[in-house]
Amino acid sequence: MRYEAPTTLQGAVALLAGASGEARVLAGGTDLLVQMRADVVDPDLIVDIKKIPETRAVAEERGGWRIGAAVTGAELKEHPRLKQVWPGVVEAANLIGSTQVQGRATLGGNLCNGSPAADSVPALIAGGAVATLAGPQGTRDLPVEDVMLGPRKLALGKGEIVASFWLPPRPPRSSDAYLRFIPRTEMDIAVVGAGVSLTIDGAGTITAARVSLGAVAARVLLVPGAAAAIVGSRLDRPAQDRLEAAARAACRPIDDKRGTVEFRIEVAGVLARRAALIALDRARTS
Amino acid sequence: MAKHHIEATVNGDAVEFLCETEETLLDVLRDTLNLTGSKEGCASGDCGACSVMLDGRLVCSCLVLGCEVGGRRIETIEGMATGETLHPLQQRFLEHAALQCGICTPGFLVAGKALLERNPDPTETEIRYWLAGNLCRCTGYDKIVSAVKDAAATLRNDVRG
Repeated sequence: MRYEAPTTLQGAVALLAGASGEARVLAGGTDLLVQMRADVVDPDLIVDIKKIPETRAVAEERGGWRIGAAVTGAELKEHPRLKQVWPGVVEAANLIGSTQVQGRATLGGNLCNGSPAADSVPALIAGGAVATLAGPQGTRDLPVEDVMLGPRKLALGKGEIVASFWLPPRPPRSSDAYLRFIPRTEMDIAVVGAGVSLTIDGAGTITAARVSLGAVAARVLLVPGAAAAIVGSRLDRPAQDRLEAAARAACRPIDDKRGTVEFRIEVAGVLARRAALIALDRARTS
Repeated sequence: MAKHHIEATVNGDAVEFLCETEETLLDVLRDTLNLTGSKEGCASGDCGACSVMLDGRLVCSCLVLGCEVGGRRIETIEGMATGETLHPLQQRFLEHAALQCGICTPGFLVAGKALLERNPDPTETEIRYWLAGNLCRCTGYDKIVSAVKDAAATLRNDVRG
């Protein structure tokens, strides 16, 4: 098993594009090493992207924020300003695993692991995040909701990696929130996750919103109908009811050991409503 | 393929070792460097028994490759006591009987020390969340939490002198 730690995106892309056997990108390793240990994957080549400066930086860019794919959850939490602007994204990333896992786990890895239950992905999608991909043909931007196609399936070509994410500028009175359901308080995988990002006007009416649901379909969903249900409202009870109904209508979950179809659909509505109320409250005071 | 030749700092000492790509930092610590204080409980990042500090960051050494740590600073349970003098957290674990079988203890100590370095006066809730990635099947956790709280008080008094 070959290990390479290139210092440029071009170097990483060349290694991955030229690989003859199975190649894997290593960011935090909190999924990859577990899968290797369990013999789920047995790569011939591991490309560690953490020595590439673009994957490790958090910086303001074009009025928004650029976050490297290999920035860890702990680093996001400790960033002096990110959690004021994007509290939902930071809280979602910080729900992944333990303190130890937070020291390693990354946004890029959480997305590219290809799990519909990934906690940070609904928050990124609700936030309108764009993934910047580096590949043999150069770089391209792809909305985060279009990166994952299904469990373990990504819309990345051979040799293509997620280098960073860009979160767009925040208008005044905007905020976001992420909630998940697990049967305990820590250290578990989402049964359902819900991310909501919204903007209100001076009168408290929602002028823009995005709603995303995790673990209720084969991929993390952007749910435009749920956003449409609350735009133009002040999130009064009828709007909350419409949001719940629209969120539930989008769910196509499976039955598994963590939850039944009926339970996931029910909880998706509840979490979407509660996340929207938290985001609204934050937007009022932002 | 040739083994990786890695130079790093472990508990303040310069070390060098050879490892295969698939060997984890925990494998290297235990099997190559003979630092067997870090334990393998699950090998999947769930139990925290292999907790170490990597450049000042608490991580599971089972989720780090040995070949990733070139030039980096690692602190393990073996570096916690000063000679024969136990760290206050170790002392409090003994006094509170915060261990039974002891397999989880090195991980709890490394993780607990990392918490107290960041937060000298944690609440019980903060302690429990910080240590949620360290599993103990013997104590029921209460004695561990008490020991961490007590050690925090000791360390705060030491600082005030």
